[in-house]
Amino acid sequence: MNARILPYVLILPVTLFLCLFFIYPFVLVSQQAFQAADGGWSMENFQEVVEYWKFPISMKNTLLLAAIVVPVQLALALLMATMVSKMKKGRDMVLYIWTIPLGISDLAAGIIWLAIFEQSGFLNSMLHGIGVVDKPVNFLTYQNPWIVFLAIALAEIWRATAIMLVILVAGIGLIPKEYYEAADVFGASKWKQFTRITFPLLRPSLQTALVLRVILAFEIFAVVAALGGTLFPVLMGQTYSYQFDLLNSGAAAAMALIILGISIGFTLIILRILRVPKGASI
Amino acid sequence: MTDAAVNDVSVDTRKSGRFLYGASVVFLCAWVIVPIYFLLINTLSSPETVNSFPKPFIPEFDFGSLQFFAGFSGMLTALKNSVIVALLTMIMSIIIGAPAGYALSRFDFPGKGLFRMLILLTRAFPLPLLALPLAVMFIQTGLDDTAFGLALVHTTLAIPFAVLITFSLFSGIPIELEEAAWTLGCTRLTAFTKVVLPLILPGITASAIFAFVISWNEVFAAAVLTIENRTLTAFLLQNLDTSPLHLKFAGGFILVVPALIFIFAVRKYLFAMWGIANR
Repeated sequence: MNARILPYVLILPVTLFLCLFFIYPFVLVSQQAFQAADGGWSMENFQEVVEYWKFPISMKNTLLLAAIVVPVQLALALLMATMVSKMKKGRDMVLYIWTIPLGISDLAAGIIWLAIFEQSGFLNSMLHGIGVVDKPVNFLTYQNPWIVFLAIALAEIWRATAIMLVILVAGIGLIPKEYYEAADVFGASKWKQFTRITFPLLRPSLQTALVLRVILAFEIFAVVAALGGTLFPVLMGQTYSYQFDLLNSGAAAAMALIILGISIGFTLIILRILRVPKGASI
Repeated sequence: MTDAAVNDVSVDTRKSGRFLYGASVVFLCAWVIVPIYFLLINTLSSPETVNSFPKPFIPEFDFGSLQFFAGFSGMLTALKNSVIVALLTMIMSIIIGAPAGYALSRFDFPGKGLFRMLILLTRAFPLPLLALPLAVMFIQTGLDDTAFGLALVHTTLAIPFAVLITFSLFSGIPIELEEAAWTLGCTRLTAFTKVVLPLILPGITASAIFAFVISWNEVFAAAVLTIENRTLTAFLLQNLDTSPLHLKFAGGFILVVPALIFIFAVRKYLFAMWGIANR
């Protein structure tokens, strides 16, 4: 086949598929969100979801969770990635173990941490074993909102640090070793090597990792459903209950657009802060 | 101070540094493994033990919970649905995605930048949300509540990864190999099937497995788009409030097992896949 047409033939399936299942639904959801009950254009749906009493709480919970979880994950992933890059023996084994959570769904992660935090769970058993408590404490109730928050944050950090780790390890692997050798020759400390070589050259990977993670952080849903239930409302959970419990797809669409808007806003901010100067990539 | 004293100090700090390093590696490994181990204990305990207190720290190898899980009405169907949807997703995302990955790695064509942009854009979107409008569209086309309909949405999630991963895999194979095959009488197609494909097959398998895991783990779209034919994740989510603890733990464990195997199977490719894919 003609080499001029061939690439277009090859990318056609993906393009068609994404038009049908990515761009078209996006148009549909926007239409649904701006449609009033009588069929005209209006902001009714947005007004309804924003004025609902749970909206400010779920917004606050989602943002707070992202603000705490993502930086911790970033620091942890950077630490793990630098530790692994110096490792000689057992590197593959350690990397395999550290990336296991990558394949674990958020629902399963929620259930795993439920095994620890529930009333007859392992945290209580441990506390009982060392004599701190006599009878099991029920941690996941509305009286302990901070423990619920902690459990959800820990489950998220446990589950989703791996994706950042993989991206960062791959990124560090692309940095030429000569830079570090030169830094050693000039007597730069390990910390200086990290801040002056690793960090700047890792910027494209950091960009990808952060964008991916932040968007996933706003999508948090099943971990919360497993650990907090209705105790800890989040945006995605509200969207789900609009669609299913209240059968209000207009409101669900409005929620979806709000989450989309926040995600895109943060993506742009991250891309701007960590932008790679033209021609400065490796 | 003598030289010997200085050396002693530096040896000491290096030793304690190495100890700290080793200890943190071990700690971080435990941080990943111990919670999974706890889930394993719960899964391999009788329902009574799961609901009792305090918990044992070694499994008693009782299959009561798993039997209860298998006997719970609708659970095995949900498990079957999950596998079907994940397999469909795996096949579709590779068949649709791999040609585009090949095109990106081998050709320079006008519109390439725009196409890359479209692929990258999908990653900046909370895609499961798009299941909401699709629910309506699927009812109109009769795809509602079917494994195929859900697999289409999961394929949208997996395709950007499939394209970027296959792109980086194809880029790792020198075009000279193909050119040599052409001079030896191969057409573009036979050169691909006889030279490139065998080299790329393990990598393609790895990215197919990745697509499988994406679909297997997805919760939101699955819960929105299925009602009767629930997948395992959707089924567990729907019954979270009402199901007993041992059912949740057994279900969670069944969700985790493929993840352990699949990550082990693709571990070699995990980093190569991301290295080029994120540029």
